Amino acid sequence: MTGVLINDFLLTLMVITAIGAISVRSLLAASMLLAIYSLLIALVWVDLQAVDVAFTEAAVGAGISTVLLIGTLVFVDKWERVKPRLHWPALGVVLITGAVLIYGTLDMPHFGDPQAPVHQHVAPRYIEDSLRETRVPNMVTAVLASYRGYDTLFETVVIYTAGMSLVLLLRARRHPGSKGERTL
Amino acid sequence: MEFTALYNYWVYVALMMIGFYAVIAKTNLVKKVIGLGLFQTAVFLLYISMAFVTDATAPVVWEQAGRYVNPLPHVLILTAIVVSVSTMAVALALVIRIGRAYGSIESDEIRDDDPDHR
Amino acid sequence: MREQVILRVITKLLTPFILMFGLYVIMHGEISPGGGFQGGVILAAAFILYSLVFGVHASRAVLSRRVTDALAGGGALIYAGVGTVTMALGGEFLDYNMLIPADAPAGQALGITLVEIGVGITVAAVMITIFNELSEHG
Repeated sequence: MTGVLINDFLLTLMVITAIGAISVRSLLAASMLLAIYSLLIALVWVDLQAVDVAFTEAAVGAGISTVLLIGTLVFVDKWERVKPRLHWPALGVVLITGAVLIYGTLDMPHFGDPQAPVHQHVAPRYIEDSLRETRVPNMVTAVLASYRGYDTLFETVVIYTAGMSLVLLLRARRHPGSKGERTL
Repeated sequence: MEFTALYNYWVYVALMMIGFYAVIAKTNLVKKVIGLGLFQTAVFLLYISMAFVTDATAPVVWEQAGRYVNPLPHVLILTAIVVSVSTMAVALALVIRIGRAYGSIESDEIRDDDPDHR
Repeated sequence: MREQVILRVITKLLTPFILMFGLYVIMHGEISPGGGFQGGVILAAAFILYSLVFGVHASRAVLSRRVTDALAGGGALIYAGVGTVTMALGGEFLDYNMLIPADAPAGQALGITLVEIGVGITVAAVMITIFNELSEHG
């Protein structure tokens, strides 16, 4: 019960931080709010027993992506030009979409329900057999690298592709005329 | 208990809509990237909330554990988080290039700059 | 930040421990929370901290552009290579049971370790590349 209360409190803080992150004019402040948001969501993951995900979120979301956002702000304007004001058509679209999604959640199994359909198929097999089949106590690692090895292989390839796209976007311009590198 | 039964899912909708609003309404490209980030974490929240089971422990084998939470959504989201930061880096690199080319990262100013749109 | 003595000393002190922790997280991911993705990011964080304090050139002197580019592809190749080896041993792609046919679960554990190392190398190299490219572009 305490866990649920902590969870609800952190989620409420997250919504407030998210609204702050998109409404402040200073992009530096928005980046820092996004870092706070990431730390809050890492705490939510710990509360929901998703320790591996929390670890990743704390390292990636709060660490690397903040560094990247601030690194970008070195090269671009640090302030939003226009004063933020409500964009009514967008607000309408967002509210209607949100209402439809909320209506969809009303049929969902309750939070934490062990009888939810999502826990009935595939997952019990991972939980019962993964230690015997792989001798790896951490089920997340076993599923990640063994049962769903193809998925992880191509996620790795996606990360590699992203790195190479960044190289293509930024590196080629740096040394115009130097040997082996062309300007775009 | 009735109130908290679906609260996680409502928060996921709220966060997703905040991110969606930023993507539609903000003209600043960095703000759009931040909005996309919020949108992504909202999806992560949906998955991890579905994986949760009351009174269960983290999915690492333990003799005294009664129930475990569902490890499968954790795996999907674990890789998605790292991919999301990589794609965000590509988006930010594009923003830097756009800023260099047009001298601005506000989408309406860029549109006014573009001769095809005048 | 060259004149910040405290930052420079602390960074020099911390960097080996961060690197060690990153390696620990990669290798220990089977037993405790962690794995290639988290450990790779922690390894990259050590280099990013070093670049932030001493400049990208100092970090490039340790890991040159050529090396990070090669490692980024090399990690993914290790992953795919494990899959190819299991095919050569007569199994399916990424069927780790074939690595130690006499003891299939041990083969699974070995395959998972190798694959996590590959993921860790790729993630670390790509994160270092992303940071260096973003910060050098100017």
